Amino acid sequence: MGERQIKGHVGIGPLTSGIALVARDNFSARYDLDRLQGVFSRPAHALHGQSYVDKVLVLHTAKGGVATSWMLREMKSRGMAPAALLLNYANPIMAQGAAFAELAFMDRFEVDITEAIRTGDRVTVDPQAGLVIVA
Amino acid sequence: MRLDDIEQAMRAGHMGPARQAAIEQQIQVGRTFDAVDFVEVSQVHLMADTESLGESGVAYLESVAALPAEERRVRVPTVTDPRGIDLCAYRKLNQEERFAELERRTIAALESMGVLMTDTCINYQTILPPVHGEHLAFGDTGSTIYANSVCGARSNFEGGPAALAAALTGRVPRYGCHLDGGRRGTHLFEITERPQNLSDWGALGAVIGQRTGSYWTVPVIDGIGGSPTSDELKHFGAALASYGSVPLFHMAGVTPEAPDAASVFDGASPKPEVITRAELDAFYASFGRHEEHVDVVVFAAPQLSMVEMQEVARLLEGNRVHQGTALLIATSPENKSACDRLGITGTIEASGAVLLRGVCFYQMYARELGEANGWQRLLSNSAKLVNIISGYGYRPVLATTEECIEAAINGRM
Repeated sequence: MGERQIKGHVGIGPLTSGIALVARDNFSARYDLDRLQGVFSRPAHALHGQSYVDKVLVLHTAKGGVATSWMLREMKSRGMAPAALLLNYANPIMAQGAAFAELAFMDRFEVDITEAIRTGDRVTVDPQAGLVIVA
Repeated sequence: MRLDDIEQAMRAGHMGPARQAAIEQQIQVGRTFDAVDFVEVSQVHLMADTESLGESGVAYLESVAALPAEERRVRVPTVTDPRGIDLCAYRKLNQEERFAELERRTIAALESMGVLMTDTCINYQTILPPVHGEHLAFGDTGSTIYANSVCGARSNFEGGPAALAAALTGRVPRYGCHLDGGRRGTHLFEITERPQNLSDWGALGAVIGQRTGSYWTVPVIDGIGGSPTSDELKHFGAALASYGSVPLFHMAGVTPEAPDAASVFDGASPKPEVITRAELDAFYASFGRHEEHVDVVVFAAPQLSMVEMQEVARLLEGNRVHQGTALLIATSPENKSACDRLGITGTIEASGAVLLRGVCFYQMYARELGEANGWQRLLSNSAKLVNIISGYGYRPVLATTEECIEAAINGRM
């Protein structure tokens, strides 16, 4: 299959590439992650036990509290952050956290992003252009 | 985004590097959510516990604190959410000194910026209650949803760095809950039976939160029949925000923007989803009910009001907490002082319970705390807390206030 382009809303952060980790579940750094080990730790999460480090994390929506906005930068400072975060629908917390962490972030795509990208796909995220390229 | 003279001056760096970085972040967020301009805020509530901040966040605060006074001082009154460590109690809880040191550095940095260290998530009950139509930058989901819904004030969720940015610039990007259009109802829920107690109100918030799609949905609740108390709405809103990431609800005949359900919808009201007692019972049952040892009972998330503190003390009076079980109760520094004066602290501590000041359980290194004390099975009357805490290695159960106290005394559910 050739290269595919997916349009979304203009996002935040730098041009970034990485391998996708995808689930139709939601995301909160406080609720879902063991940030020291770099894995999903919430037993009920679809990605429980999997490492998110350096992955282009693709999930449905942002959930939970406000802590994620500090945590993304903290995770990045230790080399334990995802490479980028793509959501169907974000909340302000994710956008604020991405702006503070200078982490690539996008939401509101022309398609359901959790169906358009599969785990293992190589993905390039261009937030300033509002574009995701799947190799 | 349209910028006024002050905003342009901040962006150009004329008011120091901290305000420049702050407004740049805000412009990025504003652009993401299609904000046309900024709106000035009159109050900021800042979430900055050290577990979330980490070393990098604390270092960032210190870099702002090192600037000259005119460049580091907040521009609007700014109060804080709970701390990560109760400096009076952390040794008793086997918490590590390095966490306390991080907390001391955070407090010093924030104080030098002119931040009021109120350390509470119930600032709407205890510090400066929001006013209808007031624009705010509130930084805890529970305080934001209460301010928006119960008080009729206007705030988005402003996470720690965003609330700090708002404190430094005195404004936020105008989108979401700041706009009339962002406050209209999207979903209608009809309640057939009024919740009986605080954990029921939390369960109702959780059930509705699980059914709302995202931050941008506004649930409208009908059928409550008479105003709930501030504490009931506190537990309801905290759970709704926690499970649904929802910043605003309307309750027909109760909250100020909803004299009735129909008036908060554009056009015809949607078909209501009916919530019965069976849904609440199923929610309780989802945590299981095991006849087994309880490691820790927690009253927190949100911090307890004076009225809740009095009730917990009444239930504990003359009893001893089981030696194999810990009972933790968290309230704000202001309430703690009042409890000291009123004899409530004495009654609670005589039972062997630990009264925590200015912290909240899930924000105080809950994973390390559990490991240091061997805690897994946790009981709480807070639907919000039981939602968060399983990710930290606990096995939580939601129970009523009375059941929680009984379990603390008997050591078992």
